[in-house]
Amino acid sequence: MISGFFVAMVIAATPLLLATLGELMTEKAGHLNLGVEGMMLLGAVAGFGAGYSTDSPILAVIAAAMAGGFGGLIYGFLTITLRANQVVSGLTLTIFGTGLSSFIGTRFVGKKMSDSFITFFEPKKIPILGDIPFIGPIMFEHDYFIYGSYTIAILLGVYLYKTRIGLHLTAVGENPSAADASGINVALYKYVHVVMGGALCGLGGAYLATVDVPQWQDGITAGRGWIAIALVIFVSWNPIKAIFGSLLFGGLSIIGFRLQQFNISQNLLDALPYIVTIVVLIISSMRKSKENGPPKGLSVPYFREER
Amino acid sequence: MRMTKRSDMTNLKAGLIRGNAVILSILTASVFIALMGHNPFSVFGSMIVGAFGTAFRIKDTLTIAIPLIVTSIGIMIAFKMKFWNIGAEGQILMGAYAASYFALNYSTLPKWLLLPLMFVAGFIGGGIWSLIPALLKVKFDTNETIITLMLNYIAIKWITYLQYGPWKDPNSLGFPKIANFEDSAILPKVFGLHIGWIIAIVIVVIVSVVLAKTKKGFEISVVGESLDTARYAGMNVKQIIISAIFASGGICGIVGMMEVSGVNQTLTTGVSSGYGYTAIITAWLSGLKASIIIPVSILFAAMIKGGSFIQTAFQIPQSAADLLQSLILFFVIGSEFFIQYRIVRINKREVVLND
Repeated sequence: MISGFFVAMVIAATPLLLATLGELMTEKAGHLNLGVEGMMLLGAVAGFGAGYSTDSPILAVIAAAMAGGFGGLIYGFLTITLRANQVVSGLTLTIFGTGLSSFIGTRFVGKKMSDSFITFFEPKKIPILGDIPFIGPIMFEHDYFIYGSYTIAILLGVYLYKTRIGLHLTAVGENPSAADASGINVALYKYVHVVMGGALCGLGGAYLATVDVPQWQDGITAGRGWIAIALVIFVSWNPIKAIFGSLLFGGLSIIGFRLQQFNISQNLLDALPYIVTIVVLIISSMRKSKENGPPKGLSVPYFREER
Repeated sequence: MRMTKRSDMTNLKAGLIRGNAVILSILTASVFIALMGHNPFSVFGSMIVGAFGTAFRIKDTLTIAIPLIVTSIGIMIAFKMKFWNIGAEGQILMGAYAASYFALNYSTLPKWLLLPLMFVAGFIGGGIWSLIPALLKVKFDTNETIITLMLNYIAIKWITYLQYGPWKDPNSLGFPKIANFEDSAILPKVFGLHIGWIIAIVIVVIVSVVLAKTKKGFEISVVGESLDTARYAGMNVKQIIISAIFASGGICGIVGMMEVSGVNQTLTTGVSSGYGYTAIITAWLSGLKASIIIPVSILFAAMIKGGSFIQTAFQIPQSAADLLQSLILFFVIGSEFFIQYRIVRINKREVVLND
């Protein structure tokens, strides 16, 4: 019973983790993209469409990443090249993604992924580790998607803190003029990471639409994209902390269902993740410190000419 | 190539650039429509017919335009201070909730007393809901965008809870709905349209005058331009933000009151029907100018109404209207660059000389 809850928690955390990592990467490049929800939905519809029509899990994953990345590219063109307001550009991207996924999704209403597709993403036990009592089934008996997301989180941590390119990226986000002066191609760094961030958000959406609930639902993300934006602040821009942050929120999002037996209204319990997001944001903004703060160049357009 | 800041931009030129952006977005949409195998001219044509073709349709379109205008005005006040309030949806719902409380519990009051009571309740309900992010912003510098959005979801869950629980109409035979309002709680009609259109015009005029002519309006624009300037000038920045955001949320709350009383005649979670999000677009497209909000909102209302019309006529999903709106906004946001900057081709020889 308890371990069942933890398994469900890991599953619920996965789309949040992927979207959080995507937004984290984007913000590290100095761009606040409020279009996470839109990019997740683009990835969801592309992943579902590709998976449904080809039965190929690989193509579904690629299509989802490309669709999310495409959303990131639109946002990147507006905010990097055209220096547009990041808040409004991101909001528009959300409206665009929601509209496009619902538009394309009308043809998938009521459709289900094929059995072979579902079988591919069935939980696979990792030998030895999966046999550890209690922890094994919770952590090491999951689908490829989940293993992939944790790998990405760890790799992203190494990338940001241990590689030269990752440190350059931090420089771009903190102080683009200084980075530019030291010979870093600021626009290229921004574009690559904004697009990659979008791709990760797309994967998060695809997980929801093809693995978690392998049947098409309009607006399947239900605000998870926004929770991911709050999570980035909560985990103070650290990919490793993002793992724990998304697990916490994954747990919260399913706890309502489990508390039903205590005779509390389901509708009020449904509001719990949103209330906790607010509380978490308040706590994170109260303990704001130098190390835990956002990149200094966040949301500030960079003009070489005004240096 | 390099860019330089423009200094020769007139209002007319800027308007022309934005107009071109809108035309480009419609051309892009036409290409999509053509790719889907429809004739763009007949699709756009029937959108216009669907929105303005008959007196009844015009009335429908204006019924959508009223909440859009008022919500855009509310959002505009917040955006002018760079307070990114995307919580209009929740503020509309909480205004509707507060107004409905009086409509359902004091329906025996005379109309002339009950309606103003509901109006004030709507304003205060929306205002209080917006005070939460405002207080957090000035106290802890908490990101207002996410807070306002989370409050939208909480407001929806709250109304759903009421609908399925304490406010469920006992006479609805178990169907989860809130009772219909008595006649005393329903807005009267003027020229066949609920009186909200007059309220909308009055709100536009009042807000324009306050922003342009009063000290409060001046303070709001200074806070929006630069917090440091405002502090240096000795303004009480926190108090300005809190009071302006209360007004912003309150105006959105009025929308909730008008929708439950004038349109739905009961409270449902669908009362806001996405106006809170669409109004973000209309407010921004209007360049945060109150007078321009009216035509832009009517245009968007026509897109919503026309969008649902082409759904039946061409089997194009309703979401096509959302797509069209976001496309227009993408192009207009992008066009701001060309209003502020010009691209100058650098002559090779010039570079050599400069070096």
